[in-house]
Amino acid sequence: MIDNATIEEAAYEIMKKAAIDIPEDYLEGIRGMVDLETGDLSAFVLKAMLDNYETATEDRRPMCADTGLPRYWVKVGDAARFSGGFTGFERALRAATARATHDVPLRPNRVHPLWRNEHNNNVGINAPEVEWSFEPDVDWIDITTVHKGGLFGTDYRMLFPGDGIDGIKRFFLDTLIAFGKRGLACQPAIVGVGLGGSKDTCMQLGKQAACLRAVGDRNPDPKIAELELELKELGNSIGMGAMGFVGSSMVVDCHIEVGFTHTGGMPMSVHTFCLSSRRATARIAADGSIAYRSDPQWFTPYMRRETIEWPSQRALDKSA
Amino acid sequence: MAEPKGLRQVRLKLPASPQDIAALQLGSVVYLDGVVYTAREGVYERVLVRGEPLPEGLCEISNANFHCSPAAALEPDGSYAIGGVTATASFRFSKYMAEWLDRTGTKIVIGKAGMPREDYQKVLSPRGAVYLTTVGYGTGALLGRGVKRVREVHWLEELGIAQAMWMFEVENFGPFIVDSDLAGNSLFAQQGDLVNERIARLYDGLKPPALHRYGETDDRKREVM
Ligand code: SF4
Repeated sequence: MIDNATIEEAAYEIMKKAAIDIPEDYLEGIRGMVDLETGDLSAFVLKAMLDNYETATEDRRPMCADTGLPRYWVKVGDAARFSGGFTGFERALRAATARATHDVPLRPNRVHPLWRNEHNNNVGINAPEVEWSFEPDVDWIDITTVHKGGLFGTDYRMLFPGDGIDGIKRFFLDTLIAFGKRGLACQPAIVGVGLGGSKDTCMQLGKQAACLRAVGDRNPDPKIAELELELKELGNSIGMGAMGFVGSSMVVDCHIEVGFTHTGGMPMSVHTFCLSSRRATARIAADGSIAYRSDPQWFTPYMRRETIEWPSQRALDKSA
Repeated sequence: MAEPKGLRQVRLKLPASPQDIAALQLGSVVYLDGVVYTAREGVYERVLVRGEPLPEGLCEISNANFHCSPAAALEPDGSYAIGGVTATASFRFSKYMAEWLDRTGTKIVIGKAGMPREDYQKVLSPRGAVYLTTVGYGTGALLGRGVKRVREVHWLEELGIAQAMWMFEVENFGPFIVDSDLAGNSLFAQQGDLVNERIARLYDGLKPPALHRYGETDDRKREVM
C-alpha cells in the first residue's frame, strides 16, 4: 500500500530535479547541435546554455528562473494500491508544489488570469494541472512533472485532408519561424506535433509529444517516424538558430502523436519545449520505494490505444 | 565559461558612463558589475500610471533596467534566497519605455528578445540608451550566480515576487549580448533580415492551404511582436 507521504515526497523531489537537472537525452541532443552549428552567435548561445546546465547542477539552482507552468502527469497501474484516495493523491501533489516553490526556490508564476493575484506557491484555481492515465497489468505509480515555458511557440490550425503532408510542413514552418524570430520560443527545442483528435485532444497530444518523449524516441508507426525525422530536418534548414540568429539549430527532435479525427479535417498543433526542457519522473513501487528518471515513458502501447483491446480487457472478457 | 568564438568580451561597471555605453558594439558579450534593478509592467503601472514615487536614490544607484522576475523566496530571517534569474520578453513593455527612461535616466535596458524595430531609433538612441539581451534565454543559473546580494526590494507586498522591483548587487553578471548601439542599429533586426532572405524558398513546391485564415498576416517576414 502506497501512502500519501510517499506520493508527496516523490512529487517534491521531481519538482526539484526538473527545475535543476537537464535531462540527459536533451543535453546530448544539444551537444550534438553545437558541433554542427555554423552561426557564430548561435553557437555561442548554445555553449552558454551548456555552461548554464552545469552551473545549475553544481549550485543546485534552477536552470531558468521562469518556472513556466509546473504540472503533473500521473500513470496509475491497475494493480497499484494507495491509501489516500484520488483526491488525497492530488492534495499531496498540490502540497509538494507549494513546498518546492519555496524551497528550490521556483518562481511563483501562477496568477489569476483576470485579477492577477497569486498565492506565491504555484497553486491556485485549476493549477497545477494533473492529468491521469492508467496502465494495465502493473502495480506501480509514475508521477511526471514538467515545467514548460508558457508564452510562445505553441499554435493550432485546422488543416484539411487535401492539405496533406504539404499542409503539415507549411504549418510547422509557420510556427517555428513566427516564434523562432528573436528566439521567443527559446529554441533549439524538442518540437511536438499533435495530429487529429478533436481540438482539445489535438493540443494535448502535441503537448505530450513535446514534453513526455525523450530525444531519439520514434513513433512506432514507421511512416510517422519518417515524418518526424523529415520535419526535424526541415526545421533545421530554416537558416535560423538560437535566439533567431543566423544558424541551423532549431529542432533537437520532433515527435508526432496522432488520434482518430473527424473525417473532414486534419487538425494540427505544434508545441515547442524550450532550452530548459524540464521534466522528471518518479516511479513508486508497490512497496513504497521510489526510483527517479528523466524519461517519462508516457506513451505505452496502451496509452496510444493502438488496438481496440489489450491483455486486461481480454482477461475481463473471459471472466464475464 | 563559454568560449565566445570570435565575439568581443566587455566588462562594464554600473552605473555605466556615457563613454562606456557609446563604446559598445553590436554582438559583443558583456558582463556587468554594480547594481541592476528589475522593473516590468507592475512597476511601470505604479509609477507612470498611478503616479507613485520612484524609490529614493534609484537614479544614482543604477541606470540598468532588467526586464526580469527572479526565482526568489523569503527566508525566515527576512533575507532573500535568489535561485535563478531570467529575463522576460521586453517588447511587451514598449509603450512604457520612453517615459520610463526619461523619468529614471536609465541607459541600459536588459531583457529577452529586444524591442520592436522602431523603438531603437525612436526611443532608445535619442535617450542615449542601448539594449542588452540575455542569452539563450534560459541562462537562469549563470545569472543567478552573478547576483551577490539583494540590496532592496520595492512593492513586494503589492506586486508579488515576480512583479516587484528588485535591486541586485551583481558581480561578473552575464553573459549578455549587445543588441543595439547609440546609432539605433539592432543586431536582432540585422540578423532577422538575413534569416528573412531565405524564408520564401522553404515554401517552394508546397501547395497552398485549403483554408486561408481570415485576419491573419501572410507576411512571413513580419515579427509577431
Ligand atoms: S521558454 Fe525560455 S525563458 Fe521560458 S522557461 Fe523555457 S528557457 Fe526559460
